[in-house]
Amino acid sequence: MTYNDKVVRQFTVATVLWGIVGMLVGVLIAAQLWLPALNFEISWLTYGRLRPLHTNAVIFAFGGSALIGTSLYVVQRTCHVRLISDALAAFVFWGWQLIIVCAAVTLPLGLTQAKEYAELEWWIDWMIVVVWVAYAVLFFGTIIKRRVSHIYVANWFYGAFIITIALLHIVNNVAMPVDITKSYSMYTGAVDAMVQWWYGHNAVGFFLTAGFLGMMYYFVPKQAERPIYSYRLSIVHFWALIGIYMWAGPHHLHYTALPDWLQSLGMVFSLILLAPSWGGMINGIMTLNGAWDKLRDDAVLKFMIVALSFYGMSTFEGPMMSIKTVNALSHYTDWTIGHVHAGALGWVAMMTIGSLYCLVPRLVGQKRMYSDRAVDLHFWISTIGVVLYIASMWIAGVMQGLMWRAFNDDGTLTYTFIETIAATKPYYIIRLLGGLLFFSGMLVMAWNTWKTLAGGKAYDEEVAEPAYWGSEA
Amino acid sequence: MDINLLRGILLVLLIIGFLGLVAWAWSRKRKPDFDAAARLPLEDDDGKVPGREEGRT
Repeated sequence: MTYNDKVVRQFTVATVLWGIVGMLVGVLIAAQLWLPALNFEISWLTYGRLRPLHTNAVIFAFGGSALIGTSLYVVQRTCHVRLISDALAAFVFWGWQLIIVCAAVTLPLGLTQAKEYAELEWWIDWMIVVVWVAYAVLFFGTIIKRRVSHIYVANWFYGAFIITIALLHIVNNVAMPVDITKSYSMYTGAVDAMVQWWYGHNAVGFFLTAGFLGMMYYFVPKQAERPIYSYRLSIVHFWALIGIYMWAGPHHLHYTALPDWLQSLGMVFSLILLAPSWGGMINGIMTLNGAWDKLRDDAVLKFMIVALSFYGMSTFEGPMMSIKTVNALSHYTDWTIGHVHAGALGWVAMMTIGSLYCLVPRLVGQKRMYSDRAVDLHFWISTIGVVLYIASMWIAGVMQGLMWRAFNDDGTLTYTFIETIAATKPYYIIRLLGGLLFFSGMLVMAWNTWKTLAGGKAYDEEVAEPAYWGSEA
Repeated sequence: MDINLLRGILLVLLIIGFLGLVAWAWSRKRKPDFDAAARLPLEDDDGKVPGREEGRT
């Protein structure tokens, strides 16, 4: 019996490809904020249409391909069994790619449900349901067939990601179709806002956090060649994280028509969330305890540890920003954009990159990437890129917040809105530079991945005999 | 029954459940199993370096 590594290879290549596409769109819209003429007066190149394309591409195409691909690798390895069906695996891969292509066509055309991170129209939502159910059957079916009694913690996180995304996607996208280009959401008013941000925040919590924690719990120990720091902590981490994340969504709606008690509830749960988040971060970083020297010359581990550090930073920043008085300053400013990218570039992308650098050689029977120096170069380019990005957005955001709330003695506003935009311009240039650096790092990765895959031979690895079944065996 | 009483009971049950989970995770009896489970990512390739000749396409 061999593992099905073909589908993992496909998703790996797709991850790199969509990462480049999604980040290129990001760079373009960052440039448009600096120089609006860069939309060339073409409707499908305007900011309002490309911004959802950017978010969908990096979250669902880049992040989604990375999560599905690595989860299918991890579930086979930790269960010592091949995926239950090759046909289903191929269906999940090609189905997911078809959805991405449909998104890439409809969003620039301006076809949207106008729900953030759920912009795709109703018929694409149905395609997602079908592919996602197939993915769930593939993943959980493989777990059922496992040859080790224990289900490794990474699979718990991946499993929570799969189940919760199915739930969120269906509830938030209930809509009445008019025709192929238009549908109306079932929800209205404050209920619509609450459902949307219950969805939106849990997309962060279960897509961008739980899923990538699954990646972390497998690939950090794998690359460090040491078991996770505390397996006990990982169990408490899992249950605490998934129990609390569900309730934090209202912090996106502070000082809106949402009932005040609900805003406070969202804030309190966001604050509590710091504990499991940091528990997970500590568990990952401390895996290197006693072997810190590995960080000196292993750029792959550097990616992972820096990713965990950004995870710690952004999960501290998030609860802080959810405090209503802080939110009064930060909301609607570029501080939020900086926070999101500390998580998205610093945590999600860097953990993905580190994990792929660990995974890619193994997929073609090699020990390491074609060029270690290119990995190191990528590490420094992307780290500097993230720092430039988030530092400029912090400064811009706090400045905007303070300018917007400045009053003259007679009660009139000190600054017009356009003055705050003019003041932000230099920071948009620095942000563009940071984004460009991060994007160029992806090109280095694409070259290195290409050389590694071309230098090895694609094959399906023999399934390893499990060392034991469980305590009873 | 007052709904707030139900809410209070639920809160207490959840706290007990969480403490039970912590106690379960840290129980001495389970340590050997967890130690073995923690090694799962390290033992999935039979300790062998993947080699081209032993695989099939």
